[in-house]
Amino acid sequence: MSASLTAFAYLIASVCFIMALRGLSSPKTARMGNIYGVSGMVIAILTTLTLPSVTSFGTIALGIAIGGGIGAIIALKIAMTALPQLVAAFHSLVGLAAVFVAGAAFFSPEAYGIGTVGEIHVGSLIEMSIGTAIGAITFTGSIIAFGKLQGILPGKPLVFPGQHMVNLGLGIALVLCVIWLTVAQSDSAFWAIVAISLVLGVLIIVPIGGADMPVVVSMLNSYSGWAAAGIGFTLANPALIIVGALVGSSGAILSYVMCKGMNRSFFNVILGGFGGETATPGMEDLGDRTVRQGAAADAAFIMEQATKVIIIPGYGMAVAQAQHALAEMAQVLEEKGVDVRYAIHPVAGRMPGHMNVLLAEANVPYDVVFEMDEINSDFSSTDVAFVIGANDITNPSAKTDKSSPIYGMPVLNVEEAGTVLFIKRSLASGYSGVDNPLFYEDNTMMLFADAKKMCEDIVKALKGGGH
Amino acid sequence: MDPSTLAENAAQLANDAQAFAERAGALAQDATQLALTQTAAGGDPFVFLFTVFVLACFVGYYVVWSVTPALHSPLMAVTNAISSVIIVGALIAAGPGEWNISKTFGFIAVILASVNIFGGFIVTQRMLSMFRAKK
Repeated sequence: MSASLTAFAYLIASVCFIMALRGLSSPKTARMGNIYGVSGMVIAILTTLTLPSVTSFGTIALGIAIGGGIGAIIALKIAMTALPQLVAAFHSLVGLAAVFVAGAAFFSPEAYGIGTVGEIHVGSLIEMSIGTAIGAITFTGSIIAFGKLQGILPGKPLVFPGQHMVNLGLGIALVLCVIWLTVAQSDSAFWAIVAISLVLGVLIIVPIGGADMPVVVSMLNSYSGWAAAGIGFTLANPALIIVGALVGSSGAILSYVMCKGMNRSFFNVILGGFGGETATPGMEDLGDRTVRQGAAADAAFIMEQATKVIIIPGYGMAVAQAQHALAEMAQVLEEKGVDVRYAIHPVAGRMPGHMNVLLAEANVPYDVVFEMDEINSDFSSTDVAFVIGANDITNPSAKTDKSSPIYGMPVLNVEEAGTVLFIKRSLASGYSGVDNPLFYEDNTMMLFADAKKMCEDIVKALKGGGH
Repeated sequence: MDPSTLAENAAQLANDAQAFAERAGALAQDATQLALTQTAAGGDPFVFLFTVFVLACFVGYYVVWSVTPALHSPLMAVTNAISSVIIVGALIAAGPGEWNISKTFGFIAVILASVNIFGGFIVTQRMLSMFRAKK
């Protein structure tokens, strides 16, 4: 293939990648989008294989077979609840691949047309350093995020004195190493950049609490894109640059959406130290407030009589694996003529859109699942709000109590519904450690139980009722 | 033919030729200027690549905002898969016949990127296949 033809093929691949993202604007077009994505990747790989310098097809086929086999098995077996840690793990691989490609370019610059060993163009060295540094940060950062999401590492933020100064120091050292690399072109400088960035990746993520992981996963998504773009500059490959820019902006926008959902600034999240597993006792400070308790039969009776029910799922639902039982409950109610809808808060899961996937997996049709902004004004005309595994995202003090740590966070107007049914194991507060006044409202009925068990019991009561 | 007419014609021709030469000169100058501006616009390949990068950031910004929030998880999975197009760099490194450190790095990177490509697209497909409208 001639150089122009190659460039043209990469352009087609880039357009395919843009179409892959465009398809996600609606569930109807999304599957077609994924086909575009696969096509783009196939075109990009085949085009690269036609380059005259690429000859060892056996080695390449072996690499793709090993990697592809591992990837396929993991992707087919992973449970949808474990999606966030899977994505974090995949991000780490992109980061590491970027480091290796940069390394390959550094030790064989001729292959990439960026000079000869010891005589690499300064511009290419800088681009390479940026790709390497972001790649290495993405690698270790994603591993830490994976550990926190998987529960291998404590979700609690790890904070030590002088943390920010250490990070700043390492950042400066990194810049100095890049300068050293451009001046001396030495191997040591390259490895120093890798080492510092690996450490920096760990230090950036450890102070961020488990609750902020949705932001972290989005942020690392963004980083993996910028790393790819950095390598794209080294290789002078527009397809890689375009993809890097697309992925980078995508991750940045998702981080922004998540931060907005928590009413936190991006820097506030990055600087860390918030949230984690704060076990705040809820029972002691009950004071003279009383809680109305109910059983499955009461909940079944109330919902049966209702015309409109909105279900508010939170991450606790996924932890209890209650989504299938919940979907069954909704189905039984629908059969009894009750209008059942779902309200999703932007930070309801452990990654953006996680709750939608979990509900889709439980066969909940996507057209009864609504985003907070679409449904929030409907609570006042709703008979029952059914809160399952959520807490902070329903807390009305976010709207009224200026002293509350979650003040200003957008919340679902659950308290406006006729009756609020709240499934919870105890009165303990959510991960923000804030007490929820909703528990003590007159129109709230607390259902103290495991979410899955409670949904199953409600289904039994609904079916056994003989209506 | 009258010699004086001949002389007149010759003078006319000479005039025309001169006018032509002048126009050709102007044209040549224009062409040089055009060539110069073109080189300036193309300039350093970095400028061209950076232009592509900035424009792609804008495309990404608008395309991603149009993604429905319900599909943010598949978005993340698919961006993950397509960012593995970094495999093109890995293939170039793993391509040459003789084994050296770069080829080893390239081979490892091919494996890592392939995990992501297959894993990312398959998990996206799995997620999307679950999204169904009400019957």
